[in-house]
Amino acid sequence: MIDVAWAQFTPWTALAGGALIGAAAALLLLFNGRIAGISGILGGILTTTPGDIPWRAAFVAGLVLAPIAWLVLADLPPIEIEAGYPVIVIAGLLVGTGTRYGSGCTSGHGVCGISRFSPRSLIATATFMVAGFMTVYIVRHQIGGF
Amino acid sequence: MAFTLLSFLAGLTFGIGLLLSGMANPEKVLGFLDLAGLWDPSLALVMAGAIAVGVIAFRVAGSRQLTLLGRAFRLPSKGDIDKRLVIGSVLFGAGWGLAGFCPGPALVAMGAGQHKAVVFVVAMVVGMALFELLEKVRSNR
Repeated sequence: MIDVAWAQFTPWTALAGGALIGAAAALLLLFNGRIAGISGILGGILTTTPGDIPWRAAFVAGLVLAPIAWLVLADLPPIEIEAGYPVIVIAGLLVGTGTRYGSGCTSGHGVCGISRFSPRSLIATATFMVAGFMTVYIVRHQIGGF
Repeated sequence: MAFTLLSFLAGLTFGIGLLLSGMANPEKVLGFLDLAGLWDPSLALVMAGAIAVGVIAFRVAGSRQLTLLGRAFRLPSKGDIDKRLVIGSVLFGAGWGLAGFCPGPALVAMGAGQHKAVVFVVAMVVGMALFELLEKVRSNR
């Protein structure tokens, strides 16, 4: 059976934060006609035409500068990274290569793709979720953590 | 100019949403992915909140010929479920489960000054470049 971590469960900020993420995707879609798929926007910078770079760079800059905007109003929420540097490097390589092969990540497939009822994105999301569940199971419960 | 500015605003809003939702914190993401430990269901609600707004946005988009700035929509046209989609998603999910970072949260955590996030983003961009390189080799064959 699944033990729920009620003490860690934050339903309201999760829903509100999620709605903001949806609003951001709506903004990019309705004004610019683009999908807010972060791996695609970032990865596209490497291959696209020069004229296509500014909006991509601007979107990425917005993400990177979000903590600065947040700091104007409040202290930053905790960001805890347990993995050591070697694992971080391997994970980064896997995420970079995998999202480009699979044409999307949590935002492009998980949020936008499911919002437009794309079967392709539904399969991708189910696949990376299950792979994530299995990886954490192996790391935390078979190997016993790093 | 409006196009680029709106992209920036969308990125900024997205990042603030990630911070508020807890998704920018790998420990919280791993708490969701850890079904066999103490499970934190928060991330499912982040997805639900985002998709609820997203569904409406895509409905509105579907009813329009052009964007609010008068341009054409550029939506994905691929519909096939192939090996690349599945294998890529498996690799991505494995990396996500190892560090607790997917692309957006990693960029936000980098902006928050987390050294490990900077290293993750560099490795991620190298991974993306590796993909482009392999694609070039494949198309030249």
